[in-house]
Amino acid sequence: MIPKRGAIALFFTIAGLALLLSFKTPTTPTTMLTFSETAAPTSGSGGAVAAADATTAAGAASAAASTSSTSSTATQASTTSGSGTYTGTAVQTRYGTVQVQITVESGKITNVQMLAYPSDNPHSSQISQYALPTLISETLQAQNAQISAVSGATFTSQGYLSSLQSALDQVA
Amino acid sequence: MGTMVSFDVRDPGVPRQAIERAVAHLHDVDRRFSPYKEDSEVSRLMRGQLRFEDASADVLWIMGLCDELARLTDGYFDARRFRPDGLPDPTGVVKGWAVEEAAFILLDEGATNFLVNGGGDIVTRGSPVPGSEERWRIGIQHPTERDKIAVVLAVRDSAVATSGTYERGEHVVDPHTGLPATELVSLTVVGSSLTYADAFATAAFAMGRKGVEWLANLPDVEAFAITSDDLTISTEGLPRA
Repeated sequence: MIPKRGAIALFFTIAGLALLLSFKTPTTPTTMLTFSETAAPTSGSGGAVAAADATTAAGAASAAASTSSTSSTATQASTTSGSGTYTGTAVQTRYGTVQVQITVESGKITNVQMLAYPSDNPHSSQISQYALPTLISETLQAQNAQISAVSGATFTSQGYLSSLQSALDQVA
Repeated sequence: MGTMVSFDVRDPGVPRQAIERAVAHLHDVDRRFSPYKEDSEVSRLMRGQLRFEDASADVLWIMGLCDELARLTDGYFDARRFRPDGLPDPTGVVKGWAVEEAAFILLDEGATNFLVNGGGDIVTRGSPVPGSEERWRIGIQHPTERDKIAVVLAVRDSAVATSGTYERGEHVVDPHTGLPATELVSLTVVGSSLTYADAFATAAFAMGRKGVEWLANLPDVEAFAITSDDLTISTEGLPRA
């Protein structure tokens, strides 16, 4: 693999419809980086659950379920014609409640109403009118680091899942 | 779901039943939502064998959420794109939602310092060292070097979801063109809700590089993307370690 050299950190702003309110000076360029060909893998081959006294692991949800109904505060309009309004569970998030209400007519959803949505915060939308979304562009790096978990798109691989399971089995 | 879910609980004294309840919930979601199970509610709904008013409240909620997400993302989150009969296919958001619900179960059982990882969709609460200011360190997988990560994030009380090109060649498709989205290989969203982070990551990935701009304009959400030409684009407020 040919090492890549001369990485430069670019700092650029994307102009929206808002006026420019502040100007940011560019950061200093990053140092040269190379892609290592011989570095040893991190423990757990890229993903591991850190061991802790109370750590447990759950396997893939593919076995037959022991049914346990999740508690629900949803309400349902009683109807004989297949139509009605249905209110979903109110889900608590850190910034507020999310709750959806749908209208069904003859088996089709004809309307969806958000009864509650966390970004429905007038202060937030006011801020986004005046602030530019600032993005940072850099060359892709590769690192080893102590981490508790990995997030990645390649997790659907069966091979990865088997490997991770065997690592988790050792932790427990 | 075919997804590995792991629970890392750091509070001492959280009963084992907390994990068992969360796992039971995941099995239940799989039973009701999996399109790979013939007799799941979603499969039966999609075949017209189950009427909407007979479906469970969660299933209805998710169907409604899919419609709302299509509006929020200008159609880039499109649960209907493979359904010529117009019924939504909710599976794009179910994984994030199910893992988030599992985290709420742990909270309900008294856990306050934990990390739940459902195949790369992650919810964090509190600290890996309870009572301290330490944050959970989460690595975003490097797209080509399997034993490496591209960036380390340090978070607490945040959700992390990553969307991208899968190993087996499945592609996220731009619903507006029908073509595979090729500008990005990986896109990570950090936010307060895993359900929305998961859906937004999927939608933004389909938008390509513009998806990061779109995410930058959303309040309370940060993003990290890896392009197919080895650049990274991230929002300024990304919680890097």
